[in-house]
Amino acid sequence: MTDKDKTPKPTTPAAEYDKLLEMRGIYKSFGHVHVLKGIDFHVNKEEIVALVGDNGAGKSTLIKTITGVHKPNKGDIFFKGKKITIHSVNQSRSLGIETVYQERALADQQSMWRNIFAGREITNRFGIIDVKTQRKETERLLRESMGFTSKAITVDSQVVFLSGGEKQGIAIGRALFFNADLIILDEPTMGLSLSETKKVLDFTRKIKEHGKSAIFISHNFYHIYPAADRFVILDRGKIAGDVKKTDISQEELVLKMENLAKTGIFE
Amino acid sequence: MLKKPLLLEHKLDLSILIVFISIFLLFIIGNPAVFSRFDIYYSFMSTIPFTAILAMSVTLIVVLGMMDLSFPSVLAFASWIFGTVFTVTGSMPLAVISSLAVGTLAGYLNSVLVVRIGVPSLVATIGSMFFWRGAVNVVARGKGISLVAAQDTFLYKLFVGRLGGMIPAQFLWMVAVAVFFWVLLKRHRYGAHLLFVGDNEQSAEMMGINVKKVKTIAFMQLGAFSAFAGILSTLEVTYFWPSQGQAYLMAALAAVFIGGTSVFGGMGTIFGTFMGALIIGSLEAGIISIGLSGFWIQFIYGLIIMASVSVYATLLRKQG
Ligand SMILES: Nc1ncnc2c1ncn2[C@@H]1O[C@H](COP(=O)(O)OP(=O)(O)OP(=O)(O)O)[C@@H](O)[C@H]1O
Ligand SMILES: [Mg+2]
Repeated sequence: MTDKDKTPKPTTPAAEYDKLLEMRGIYKSFGHVHVLKGIDFHVNKEEIVALVGDNGAGKSTLIKTITGVHKPNKGDIFFKGKKITIHSVNQSRSLGIETVYQERALADQQSMWRNIFAGREITNRFGIIDVKTQRKETERLLRESMGFTSKAITVDSQVVFLSGGEKQGIAIGRALFFNADLIILDEPTMGLSLSETKKVLDFTRKIKEHGKSAIFISHNFYHIYPAADRFVILDRGKIAGDVKKTDISQEELVLKMENLAKTGIFE
Repeated sequence: MLKKPLLLEHKLDLSILIVFISIFLLFIIGNPAVFSRFDIYYSFMSTIPFTAILAMSVTLIVVLGMMDLSFPSVLAFASWIFGTVFTVTGSMPLAVISSLAVGTLAGYLNSVLVVRIGVPSLVATIGSMFFWRGAVNVVARGKGISLVAAQDTFLYKLFVGRLGGMIPAQFLWMVAVAVFFWVLLKRHRYGAHLLFVGDNEQSAEMMGINVKKVKTIAFMQLGAFSAFAGILSTLEVTYFWPSQGQAYLMAALAAVFIGGTSVFGGMGTIFGTFMGALIIGSLEAGIISIGLSGFWIQFIYGLIIMASVSVYATLLRKQG
């Protein structure tokens, strides 16, 4: 990776595309197991999309075709209006797609300012880290961008002292700092209490405030209902439903999901 | 405004400093005659650097949560190369370069076992420890190499000469190496990656850090610094001997752990290792000079190691 990738990219100017991410007719199988069977999926600008579905529906697999972990067998991916083929995780990151995994996001014993800049340190040409700038930027990110108010959380705090929800917040903040346009959250609330889940949702809203988009994966849509703009329901490798929050109440959504589980039809 | 709490790292560094000062106070009180004269410090300055350089270099491996037991054997083999090349060619620069190259290569071999093949580092380096010691035995056939002729060379003076007739050059090298490693670990991108990989390898990979490269470099630098310590210690006594380096294994590792670096990886202190090496290196002479018999030495080593690691474990537990 060159030094250029490690410093924040300038924000993209008013874009000339209408969908941030668009996937058309995506197929993916592992041997005889057909996991994705013709997926059409998109994410708009400044939109939080909840990707919901049962265990094994194919949510993670779909995400992995976006982040370069898996290559789809068929189908096209467009990002910012351009057709792309993603070969690697690093490539998808440099395009502006960042994934936040619960346990794999941060290193516990390292300070906040080291975690934020992990792998993308601000250095001079001899590789010496500009500690002052990294700390200053971390402070700004904590207080201004992410709205951390607690005195207990400082740029020198080790991550191990943070709660599960706060850790997710830091990981989201880091992605925003490096100007990721699409942040993918794969089960970010798994194993978190209700109050911690609420924190994660608050951080997720910040993504939109910064003019960016997110895909939020969960098989518990109660968790994401408050933060999502649109719900995409994945069922056994196919899109079973795609509804805007403005078009459906939480009760209706619950009913339809129950119907899907019973009859296999989302209605 | 809350008073900023001391970071764990600073607490560790402070405790080792206190231990160091207490031990020296004990020595000074125990035998003021010896410890108020320069001679004893001169002898420390000429003997401690070899262990200290090795200890600081192996600290990087420990920060990764790994172990290397092969460095004393690599040191011996690289010293044999050094002695042999010098004897055969008479060229000091050539001897130094070949020795450093062989040391680095031996470090690379360790990284192949650990990083490419996937052998746990402790296991892999038990293998290479025997391998390189065995190689020395085979090539040297139990015989040493006298290097008296080296005394006339410029590099001899540069490496182990006496500055102003008083300060052993290797002492200055040790200080320079300490500054180098401190900057590397705390201020350089490579050090940041080292800490991150040692802390959470999966996360490091996700953040685009080249984990394999970080580990490979760690083993290679230890190989190179083992050779360097070998060259220094060989020149200091102007003699190579096949069992060279063996005494450094436990001393260097003890220095790392007395210093407060965690065996679990993800954190490490060069300052601690440096202090640890000073403590380990001065205990023997100190114990004798305060009037205890040599039989006490290992006993007191043991006490200090057990006490210091208990303090660190307590500090860690309290913060978590
Ligand atoms: N590498 C693989 N090789 C073979 N089968 C796979 C592989 N990855 C996923 N699958 C299969 O694909 C199906 C979908 O898996 P996926 O992980 O995408 O589901 P998911 O919707 O993320 O489920 P969960 O909610 O449990 O995380 C599963 O049946 C799984 O066994
Ligand atoms: Mg999944």
